[in-house]
Amino acid sequence: MLELQGLSKHFGGVRAVDSLDLRITPGQIFGLIGPNGSGKSTTVNLITGLLPVTRGSIKLAGEEITNLPTHVRLSTGIARTFQNIRLFGQLTVWQNLWVAENARAQRERASFLSRWLGGERGARTRITRALEFSGLADKADELAANLAFGEQRRLELARAMAAEPKLLLLDEPAAGMNPEEIGALDDRIRQIRDSGITVLLIEHHMELIMAIADRIAVLNFGQKIAEGTPAEIQSNPAVREAYLGTAA
Amino acid sequence: MDFYLGLAQIIGVHTLLGLSAYVVLLTGQVSLAQAGFMAIGAYVAAMLTVLSGWPLMAALIAAGLVAGITACLVGFPALRVHGLMLVVATVAFGEIVRLFFFNFDYQISRGSIKVGPLGGEGFRQIRYFPENGWTTLHVALFIWAIVALVMAALWWMDRSRAGAVLRAVGEDEIAAQSCGINLTAVKVSAMTAGGVIAGLAGGLYAHYTTHIEQTNFTILVATFAIAYPILGGLSSVFGTVAAVIFIQGFLVEGLRFLGDWRNLLFGALIVLVMNIRPSGLLDARTMAALRRLFGRREG
Repeated sequence: MLELQGLSKHFGGVRAVDSLDLRITPGQIFGLIGPNGSGKSTTVNLITGLLPVTRGSIKLAGEEITNLPTHVRLSTGIARTFQNIRLFGQLTVWQNLWVAENARAQRERASFLSRWLGGERGARTRITRALEFSGLADKADELAANLAFGEQRRLELARAMAAEPKLLLLDEPAAGMNPEEIGALDDRIRQIRDSGITVLLIEHHMELIMAIADRIAVLNFGQKIAEGTPAEIQSNPAVREAYLGTAA
Repeated sequence: MDFYLGLAQIIGVHTLLGLSAYVVLLTGQVSLAQAGFMAIGAYVAAMLTVLSGWPLMAALIAAGLVAGITACLVGFPALRVHGLMLVVATVAFGEIVRLFFFNFDYQISRGSIKVGPLGGEGFRQIRYFPENGWTTLHVALFIWAIVALVMAALWWMDRSRAGAVLRAVGEDEIAAQSCGINLTAVKVSAMTAGGVIAGLAGGLYAHYTTHIEQTNFTILVATFAIAYPILGGLSSVFGTVAAVIFIQGFLVEGLRFLGDWRNLLFGALIVLVMNIRPSGLLDARTMAALRRLFGRREG
């Protein structure tokens, strides 16, 4: 599904991501973990095109996307959420999802007018369904900025899903959530995978990631230090060292 | 009565000017080029009716198109810069346009007199309305018909997905890009629409004042253009109209009896209003209340 080859991003002398190779096979929940500043978010920004790549290549479903602008990548099938939620606060909940329908319309090569004016028949049904699915149906006319924190997280995930991606990038979706909300998130991510969407999950919450990831890669200082199943990662000495520091 | 009709004409044209900045502001861009687009529209429309004998409607459409195309061309390079740099770039463009017309001579003989733009002297004798027997009332109605048309178009656009997309870009460019939105296309479209509307405003302005010159299109006019939607609030087109009526009707005309003190109070009142209503005269909450009043629901 997604293939990174020798992906590097240097900021001046800092190698935020250094020759990273990753292969994510379709239908997986792929976990990406690592200490703070290990390059996880930079990797997501490289995959979505918000940052230009220093070296290396990114392929989505076999197609080279390394130099495509962000909005084009979205229409080829990548969607994301942000670590620090980025909703359109002064738009209503409904409008937030309406905006994201753009990607879908672009893919279907809808005519210029219907794309801009949102006249496609299905949009209303799809958005209503997405709101019900996210438990936000009664908040449709509320401004996004007025939602509670957990609701904002759910809305952002719904907005990413509205683009109908093949690959979903979740950047710390559990940050700031209580255990109950994390439980619901856990179910939601599994549902998304079972519907055939590949998930790249970046998370600090180990319990969550160990429970749902099919495969995990660990970054430290921009380099991949381990990759394997959750059980393999948990018993990997290099990973323990990265997280807990070197034993004296 | 003519005084009020004249005022209605001014308010109409300034509403168009404000709306041209409103569209651009929705995408989070501050453009001080709107007076430049207005100047282009004014000169194009007046030259077509006076020199080429076009009917007014055709000349207005041409004015809108030329100003819109210019805005589109300016939009591509200008929108590569953000924030203050964009303000500076658009100011520069406005000044280029103004200085162009300061030096622009294109006169032809009509009988014993010469007509057409003459540099710093300006463009006199734009006599389409008197020559065709339009009264002040006709002109005021005509201007407001066009204002109504533009407002209806913007109102409709605002409620469509295009409106949501423009506002999304204005709020968070990174999130908008990540939703598959082409920032350049959206910003240049908004700039183009703004140019068309400012061009229409210019065309109408040239014809009701009958005399235009480069000093009519200074940066002060561009500042008014963005002040209207900011003061009125960006939640709907009606905010801009309310702000124009407040400034042109109440502050400029209503306070005339104060003489020289007017300008002082003018500034003070704007500051006061912005303090009392920081998100504009007609903010989202007021609009929601009005909508409830008329028993309508959005969505």
